[in-house]
Amino acid sequence: MPEVIEVIFEKYQRKPDQLIPILQNVQREFGYITPESVKHISRYLRISENQIFGVSSFYAQFRFTAPGRHSVRVCLGTACHVRGGATLLEMLERELEIVCGETTPDRRFDLERVACLGCCALSPVVQIDADIYSRMTVNKLSELLKQYE
Amino acid sequence: MNKLKKKITSAKKKWEGIENNKEPIVYIGAASCGRAAGALELISETEKFIKENNISARVIQVGCIGPCYLEPLVDIKMPGQPRVSYSNVNVRTLNNILKSQLLEGVPFTKAAIGNFGSSAFNGIPPFYELPMLKPQVRIVLRNCGLIDPEDIDQYLAMEGYQGLMNALEMSPEDVIGVVRQAGIRGRGGAGFPTFKKWTVCRNTPGEQKYLICNADEGDPGAFMNRSLIESDTHAVLEGMMIAGYAIGASKGIVYIRAEYPLAIERLKTAIKQMKEYGLLGKNILGSTFNFDITIKEGAGAFVCGEETALIASIEGKRGMPRSRPPFPAISGLFGCPTIINNVETLGTLPNILRNGAEWYNRFGKEGNRGTKTFSLVGKIRRTGLIEVQLGTTLREIIFDIGGGVQKPFKAIQTGGPSGGCLSEEFLDLAVDYESLASAGSIMGSGGLIIMDEDTCVVDVAKYFLDFTQKESCGKCIPCRVGTRHMVEILERITHGEGVPEDLLTLRTLGDTIKKGSLCGLGQTAPNPVLTTLRYFRNEYLEHIKDGLCRAVVCKDLIEYRVIKEKCTGCQSCVKACPTGAISGPRSEPHNLDKTKCIKCRSCYEICRFEAIAGDAIVIRTAEKRS
Repeated sequence: MPEVIEVIFEKYQRKPDQLIPILQNVQREFGYITPESVKHISRYLRISENQIFGVSSFYAQFRFTAPGRHSVRVCLGTACHVRGGATLLEMLERELEIVCGETTPDRRFDLERVACLGCCALSPVVQIDADIYSRMTVNKLSELLKQYE
Repeated sequence: MNKLKKKITSAKKKWEGIENNKEPIVYIGAASCGRAAGALELISETEKFIKENNISARVIQVGCIGPCYLEPLVDIKMPGQPRVSYSNVNVRTLNNILKSQLLEGVPFTKAAIGNFGSSAFNGIPPFYELPMLKPQVRIVLRNCGLIDPEDIDQYLAMEGYQGLMNALEMSPEDVIGVVRQAGIRGRGGAGFPTFKKWTVCRNTPGEQKYLICNADEGDPGAFMNRSLIESDTHAVLEGMMIAGYAIGASKGIVYIRAEYPLAIERLKTAIKQMKEYGLLGKNILGSTFNFDITIKEGAGAFVCGEETALIASIEGKRGMPRSRPPFPAISGLFGCPTIINNVETLGTLPNILRNGAEWYNRFGKEGNRGTKTFSLVGKIRRTGLIEVQLGTTLREIIFDIGGGVQKPFKAIQTGGPSGGCLSEEFLDLAVDYESLASAGSIMGSGGLIIMDEDTCVVDVAKYFLDFTQKESCGKCIPCRVGTRHMVEILERITHGEGVPEDLLTLRTLGDTIKKGSLCGLGQTAPNPVLTTLRYFRNEYLEHIKDGLCRAVVCKDLIEYRVIKEKCTGCQSCVKACPTGAISGPRSEPHNLDKTKCIKCRSCYEICRFEAIAGDAIVIRTAEKRS
């Protein structure tokens, strides 16, 4: 891994304001913020590991555990809420037997909530990996999950 | 400058070629919302069709034109004919449309919604005469859905970068003067006069100044900024350059949500094109103006929409606001004078500089000049992105543009989580900064959420408070502890465990949080609760005293039952129930096991007996509590 991290570092200057972009790049690379990468970043930017955890835990984007194969994100924006987004989340928690923020034991799915995907006019919306599915219902969603292995 | 003028001439020629096309052109709206509705599949299907039938035709990806409820939209322009727009296209209708238009040369009128000519064509009305579009005034959205945002030449053909060229021929002070005369106020929500903020920054000494475009659109229910960036990327970037020139900044930063990958992609493409055309870098267009634009991706924190928190985030810290003064215009990013403008403000600037302040003054009203974009969502017939003059009434927006509500109207939430819920009596309120504030709401960035009688206002208030509570950075106590306490009370009320004193506690807490919080997040967080308490007090009391949720939303107060007399045993609810709570053989009344029921509403939605949804399945709110 150190080599991969080195390649990432090459793209960024050694300045504290580069911390968030570096963390984003690390997460893109490994899927999450690994403990080792924090050590490397700390050395590279000359800021404490504590500070890095302080910043990364503040933002919703960063995760500290390995992700599953597919990410399921339920939009809970206002429009989606008014049109039943919360029910979709509950149904997923039930069907996948995990709570929001967790990964299924078989590592097939991650379940997350997002504040808003900006597709409000087509609510309720669920995002699986990069695809956004609009006008979702409990039944359509359950069918849809079967397509993902 | 001459080099760019040459480019403009050739761009216009290129555009004329599109206007007077010799081969058919298929335009497909492929912004995020179009894609969510299936636009990408339509693009590949169209390309396949063109290849299979061996015709020469072009496919152009355009942005979002606004009426999202009609997505996906496909337009076709045949040589010598006006561009015809088709709505709600799926793969099957697409094939019919393509066959009819491309092969037979006649519009497929069954799916056509409008044409872009000035009069009806084959019985298809002009697009801009559609009820949703007719009352709108499109300044910021003028190019959205019409041009390919990834082609700088198309933007140039639309008089793009003309505003910048005009600005560069003036002194920065004169540019500020034009903006002052135009009277534009910040479209991010607070409505602070743009020129005032700029003047402070301009007059502050400093080697390095920054111009930040705030594209951290975190409001749930709002997507104006995303649509604008995705559909007319260059307009926002041109606005940044004009602002940067006016305040004396040499560095521009777009701070944008990572949740908007397509917008980020398009920004990157546009910045690359600008460099190729000499619009970024040193001595831009032969002037003394130097400017560069970089992109910073947000990392998911609603509070970062607040100026000082946004700055902290760019500096690589936790996105926590600090107290002001000093204002960012004096001491902002890395301690340098910094101006943060909203996407929409920046997107408007090129138009003002191109057409002049007097022209802009024709729109809106005294003190509230110009137009505002809104995202119209919720329980409304025509959802989408709209732009109207300031001073338009809520009634016009909801009923004339939005087509009204299917069920009786209950409330409208303006300004997202920081705004308030207004009841029916405010329908004739003119939408401007002051009127909304006097009603206890705010303009905010422009999310309008329409609610009908199926929406529970207590639940909505809880939803917003829960959101702001989770997004509170936790720095100051009124916001951190106060909002949490309010959520707990609201939780209790929605579970049917509220007490009458709760209402007073909510009000006192709300007032305290508003007064005592450090930043805009806390100062506005109680608004949804305070306004619903003011205008929908009865619904709170019904929850507390009668255990009744009249909108049948609060799950603890409702239960589902099968009406045996009406149930025909058609099995559709049995199939629809995700938990197997409904059972029973065909042709016999079904049973609903309340212990298994998760109250997901699937059975109610699918029950079609006697053609009325849910006729054989009723939702009853709990009996009066003892």
